[in-house]
Amino acid sequence: MSAGHDRGRATAPALVVFIKECRESLRDRRVLLNALVLGPLFTPLLFLVLIHLIVGRELEKAEQPLPVAVIGAQYAPNLVEDLRRQGMAQRPPVADPEAAVRDQSVDFVLRISPEFAQDWNAGRPAQVELIFDSSRQDLRSAIDRLEAMLGTTARRVGSLRLLARGIAPSLLSPVVVAVRDQATPEARGAVLLGMLPYFLMLTALLGGMWLAIDSTAGERERQSLEPLLINPVPRAQILLGKLMATALFSMSSLVLGMLAFTAVGHLLPADEPGLALSIGPRFVLLALPIFAPLVVLIAAAQIWVASFARSFREAQTYLGLAQLVPLVPSILLMAVPMRPQLWMSAIPVFGQQVTILHLLRGEAPQPLGIAIGVVVTLLTAAGVFVLTLRLYKSERVAIAG
Amino acid sequence: MIEVRDLVKSFGSVKAVAGVSFTARDGQITGLLGPNGAGKTTTLRMLYTLMRPDSGQIRVDGIDAAADPMAVRRRLGVLPDARGLYKRLTARENIRYFAQLQGLDAQQARARSDELIAALDMAALADRRTEGFSQGERVKTAIARALVHDPRNIVLDEPANGLDVMSTRGLREVLRGLRAEGRCVLMSTHIMQEVAVLCDRIVIIAHGRVVADGTPDELREQSGQTNVEEAFMKIIGASALQGLA
Repeated sequence: MSAGHDRGRATAPALVVFIKECRESLRDRRVLLNALVLGPLFTPLLFLVLIHLIVGRELEKAEQPLPVAVIGAQYAPNLVEDLRRQGMAQRPPVADPEAAVRDQSVDFVLRISPEFAQDWNAGRPAQVELIFDSSRQDLRSAIDRLEAMLGTTARRVGSLRLLARGIAPSLLSPVVVAVRDQATPEARGAVLLGMLPYFLMLTALLGGMWLAIDSTAGERERQSLEPLLINPVPRAQILLGKLMATALFSMSSLVLGMLAFTAVGHLLPADEPGLALSIGPRFVLLALPIFAPLVVLIAAAQIWVASFARSFREAQTYLGLAQLVPLVPSILLMAVPMRPQLWMSAIPVFGQQVTILHLLRGEAPQPLGIAIGVVVTLLTAAGVFVLTLRLYKSERVAIAG
Repeated sequence: MIEVRDLVKSFGSVKAVAGVSFTARDGQITGLLGPNGAGKTTTLRMLYTLMRPDSGQIRVDGIDAAADPMAVRRRLGVLPDARGLYKRLTARENIRYFAQLQGLDAQQARARSDELIAALDMAALADRRTEGFSQGERVKTAIARALVHDPRNIVLDEPANGLDVMSTRGLREVLRGLRAEGRCVLMSTHIMQEVAVLCDRIVIIAHGRVVADGTPDELREQSGQTNVEEAFMKIIGASALQGLA
């Protein structure tokens, strides 16, 4: 009977803590549901629904007749007929077009003045007024369409008039522009998919959050932290075990999330140009080394933040706010699209978003940028870990209540 | 053996422990008796190296706690004030977790937890998740967890708190068993009957100081009272008056 044990074959304490945290979490239905089902599925499904809604509406609008209230149709029957052939649905005139557009009872009003026929017949520019509200986001494509319709009619009539006077209409087109858009199909898709890096990060955040809270603030709340810290184990080992468990759940969630996105990629409207999505096995393989250090940083930060809280609920509040942090670079990138540059890789979270966007655009990865991102992110994670360790070495955290 | 010399600890301007000294010997149960807020828990927390004393010295089996806290922790089995279990783990898994953190390998951890489960009569509940355990079952599991590395010295903070009569009797049996094995048992309590029936030596603490230290008989003699409760009241009362003076 003595206190001396053969410690040679004993498992490293960090590994003991890691295994216990994983086992305990796997037994909790809430964790499983959050980290391994809802987290990875929620964002891809949200994404799928959004894309279908946007694309569906655009398609619908492109094909459907465009309702326009026409005032003074009798002054320009040919014009109205021409527009109708191009897809305009003529609506009866309204009394006060400006007010009607403002209160959105009609989308477009075409006003033809009584002088129209006079000017038209004399070959002078005949004026029509188009009244609409350009601040309405949902009318954006309809406005373009209507303006194109009017332009088409005007060009055709113009050409006919020139021909009638024996002049080649091509004289009016001294320069012809042939458009050769160099955007890869993926790059056009990436405009729509700008939120994807954030969605992936959100998946990683959700995956590790529960465990990060449960193993820190939860442990304090349940009064099991004090007995744990009395064991003859350096606190760095205990924290390391918790960090590894959180990172593993976070990573699993992320991998499942990427696989779900891959599946969703097949469900997107396939022939729609601009929606080709470079998420596949190649993307997952390339994204993993980019995201792995970030997942470690996220886990370290979650554990750090949650360690300040005395209860599960308090920690949840803190971490809920912390989830908005990676949203900042995402919004920035969407508002001000930037060329990926090397210095960006040196900023954790931002760097990964830029790199992932780059990959999503189907472009070749930059090894140097990725390497810089890995090193800087891991160093930051180590820094956060040291901060947390200092917290755990203080008497304030060790004593519950 | 646990030796405590001139322990002092302040929280801000409040002096929680103001010079506590005592010795808990092997083969004895030593009771740290005192009213709530007397500084018992803080003294024990310094003893098991969760807190650092402002001044004073702690030795466990001759090892200085300030110099080698890890060695001291290996020689102590502790039932702290906070005794939370992991509710999604079974009692056996809770015990084994601490065994492995104490440095036992997987096989030793399994053997030792089986041994304790048998010794503490926990076979019926060992493989149930601890969620929904009664207070007595929780304390039993926490005690098994504290004893898993076979420590020479056992420190218990208010072990009988929240226990019913049956569980309290069971606890006494466990502590007497540990004493019979020659271990050093140190427990804090504010319940007089506990120390009276169990302890070989009583250290009375009030206002962060030791106000009496001796066997139950010596304390009765010192205070001129025939039962321990009266002796306790007299000693505490005298010290309280001193504190006022």
